[in-house]
Amino acid sequence: MIDLFGYGAFFLSMALTYAIICLGLNVQWGQTGLFNVGVAGFVAIGAYASALLTTPDTPDRLGGFGLPIVAGWIGAALAAGIASFLVGALTVRLRADYLAIATFGVAVMVQLCLLNLQGLTGGPFGIGFIPRPFAATATNPALFAALNLALLLAVVAALYLGLERLLRSPWGRVLRAIREDETAARALGKNADRFRLQAFAIGGAIMGLAGAAQGHFIGFIAPENYQPMLTFQVWAMLIAGGSGNNRGAILGAIVVWGLWAFSAPAIAALFPPDQQARAAALRIVLIGVGLCAILLIRPRGLLGETRTVSRHLPKAKPKP
Amino acid sequence: MSPQILVDGLIAGSMIGLGAIGVTLTYSILRFANFAHGDYLAWGAYFALALSGALGSLAGGALAAPIGPFSFGWSLPLAALAATALTAGLALLVDALLFGPLRRRGSSVIILVMASFGAALTLRSLLEFTFTSKPFYYTGELQIAVRFAGMRATPDQLLSLAVALVLVILVHLLLTRTAIGREMRAVAENPGLAGVAGVDVRRVVRTVWALGAVLACMAGVMAGLLIQIRPQMGLDLLLPLFAAAILGGIGSVPGAMLAGLIVGVGEAATVAVVGAQWRAAVAFVILVAILLLRPQGLFGRSDG
Repeated sequence: MIDLFGYGAFFLSMALTYAIICLGLNVQWGQTGLFNVGVAGFVAIGAYASALLTTPDTPDRLGGFGLPIVAGWIGAALAAGIASFLVGALTVRLRADYLAIATFGVAVMVQLCLLNLQGLTGGPFGIGFIPRPFAATATNPALFAALNLALLLAVVAALYLGLERLLRSPWGRVLRAIREDETAARALGKNADRFRLQAFAIGGAIMGLAGAAQGHFIGFIAPENYQPMLTFQVWAMLIAGGSGNNRGAILGAIVVWGLWAFSAPAIAALFPPDQQARAAALRIVLIGVGLCAILLIRPRGLLGETRTVSRHLPKAKPKP
Repeated sequence: MSPQILVDGLIAGSMIGLGAIGVTLTYSILRFANFAHGDYLAWGAYFALALSGALGSLAGGALAAPIGPFSFGWSLPLAALAATALTAGLALLVDALLFGPLRRRGSSVIILVMASFGAALTLRSLLEFTFTSKPFYYTGELQIAVRFAGMRATPDQLLSLAVALVLVILVHLLLTRTAIGREMRAVAENPGLAGVAGVDVRRVVRTVWALGAVLACMAGVMAGLLIQIRPQMGLDLLLPLFAAAILGGIGSVPGAMLAGLIVGVGEAATVAVVGAQWRAAVAFVILVAILLLRPQGLFGRSDG
């Protein structure tokens, strides 16, 4: 019984860290229409920033500074937010897909730095002994798992409420106006590039926070966690859940993470032990086909975007 | 810069250039950045690998014996030729299943980019599923480098460079001197107007995919011959391809080739000066520099 609870809590906690990334991506893509192909890179920046700030001093690498976990999380959001701001500033005024290419480049670059800047990132072996929240309760696994789950639930809830409020604020309305009809928004005197840049930086900061939350939850990070595959999973989650809808982003994260986690033993069972690498590749094929199928068959996802105008108006009707 | 860096860079750059031509053509005519292009390159290399293996075993040793100074027998060029057709078929199939329906629905550019991202991961993982992630080689022969004026290059490398240059000239002539080339440029300019003027836009789209895929396949075979064949080879080349396409100016074939050579030489210089582990950073640095300084590229027009 305890095991089942432990597994359930672990599964949900991981899904919630993905939900945070999804919420960040939803600010960039769902609300603003900015395509980020480098999600993994921004998540990695957050994870490493927080790990550097909070791990105890390590002789052969810069830091760690042994700061409290909260400081690490704030640092993570700041670092990833600044990185997003710089990438956005470079590309936001150019064609839409230049941003996609530039963010893809960022992910490649971050991966390269993680592997090669050993004095900062620990190289291919990554960073271990990242302090875990509520470490004092670790002797009681059930309590420890429950507290961690509660913490992540609180983070997701706080982000959800904050983002929903933002969505219904004048700022959120401008973002959607720009996404739907940039010319009209410009004609009303809105500086489209500046709003886009703000949204991109906020989304990036949330991704960095998610990276930190994930790193502290697992206690260990390495470059191989931040491959293009991660970007792809998060996209599948957001598209499946319904881009533009924050509840959809959270639901998509849990559903896709569930499919991903439970498809592993199912597919592995179909292959003999020496063919397991193939089984892993097949799982990625299934997710890729799934993403393309959703784009073709049900582009609005499980929960589509609901039309929101202002929080002062009565509940709006769903989009036709 | 030592002349050897130049030679190494030009050889690597000619492969990047061939791939970048495909990216720049699909970008200018279909109007989206195709993230699956690198994987067409990888599929081309694997098609040629499978076919040349089959040819070699069918014809006994006759086709496997090395031709002249090169490391491969006749089975490879024959297989490469057939592989270009298969890669073109693959690109047309992906278009028919994925991009075509999305285009007809009037999906925004960015949905197409996202779909191509999904297609890229699917194609790459299918290769890994079929061939595993183990690297393959077309041939086990060793080659002695030829020396000239203080530089070294293997006959295979020199042949690749020559083939790449011939292909670029052919594509340039195709675009500037033939009816279909003129139609392609018309569609790149304005698809609606081109359609009204009697251009069969769908035929142009098919031609662009086939042409891009043929060049990608050739680049993939060269990369496989000179380096190795891995499922990840397309992913590793993707950023250099995009950097070259943007540096050359979207839509410009000579620009893409020239920019490919620049990226290649930049990579070779970085490997020599900074270290091989930073090779992949070159494309990113070039990309950032060009977006900052001249977003329309060397030969592009500034249209935002």
